[in-house]
Amino acid sequence: MSGGPPADGPAVRRAVLRQAVSIGVASGAYGVSFGALAVAAGLDVWQACALSLLMFTGGSQFALVGVLGAGGTGVAAVATSTMLGLRNGLYALQLARLLRPRGPVRAAAAQLTIDESTAVTVAQEEPAVQRLGFWATGAAVFVLWNLATLTGALLGDALGDPRRYGLDAAAGAAFLALLWPRLRAVEARTVAAAAAAVAVVLLPHVPAGVPVLAAALVALVAGVRGGRR
Amino acid sequence: MTTWTTVLVGAALCYAAKLAGYLVPAELLERPRVARVSGMLPVALLSALVVVQMLGGPGGYALDARLVALGVAAVALRLRAPFIVVVALAAVTAAVLRQVSP
Repeated sequence: MSGGPPADGPAVRRAVLRQAVSIGVASGAYGVSFGALAVAAGLDVWQACALSLLMFTGGSQFALVGVLGAGGTGVAAVATSTMLGLRNGLYALQLARLLRPRGPVRAAAAQLTIDESTAVTVAQEEPAVQRLGFWATGAAVFVLWNLATLTGALLGDALGDPRRYGLDAAAGAAFLALLWPRLRAVEARTVAAAAAAVAVVLLPHVPAGVPVLAAALVALVAGVRGGRR
Repeated sequence: MTTWTTVLVGAALCYAAKLAGYLVPAELLERPRVARVSGMLPVALLSALVVVQMLGGPGGYALDARLVALGVAAVALRLRAPFIVVVALAAVTAAVLRQVSP
């Protein structure tokens, strides 16, 4: 150990809690746009809230309402959101080792396993602070994301077209921001470019939702071929 | 599928994916091929979602204020702006452009 402050001291704990709250507030701001877009895509307020309570993974939620809003089928919407949600299973693998939740606690930990809670947890060194970071971030995002969804859905009904407020562009920028940190490896950049090309080519010719599903095949091919090298 | 079925089935499958990481033996999900494909899936899906969300429109493409917003978002990401700032800048860009030339 170096001579610095202990990695599980009160200062570290306070810093983790502050981080949890600020991430919760940020995702709340973003949750308002989810609620408004969901209503604009044809969901009612209850359906928008059910997605945030039960699905509780932003990327998948935006993808699901995006496909439905563009006129895609329910099957395409579910397939897209599920594939995007598979990454949470990989986070859970990591978190299972760090947090070691037991019994029913695992069921709650699973629901809170998302980008934000994982990022805060894996950035900590001490098991006690990792647990604090996970539960505090997960809880803060859960509460604020759900309140924000309700607000956005109610506002969305009152405000009308969400495009006037640039919320459609906000959703696209959110996808880009989730993608960005994954582009460090050359292979990832190649897959991203190929997937974008597939979507661009298919967009005018196939039903909504299909371009994204077809792009998933790029990941499949890249993953399987990568093993042969 | 009705909208409620879509919402509930989608939520159940996303929850199942989360829970699987805690219940399924790690060796299964960490087999090299499974790990590579599941690592690349979000990259491919998010990339295609950016295209569809920012370029899609009635009958195929619609090039509009979203394209400028996408550029602004990319610059902000390059400058290491936090997630919420990137999203907010994109929204404001599109909203202002549409005010100026609807």
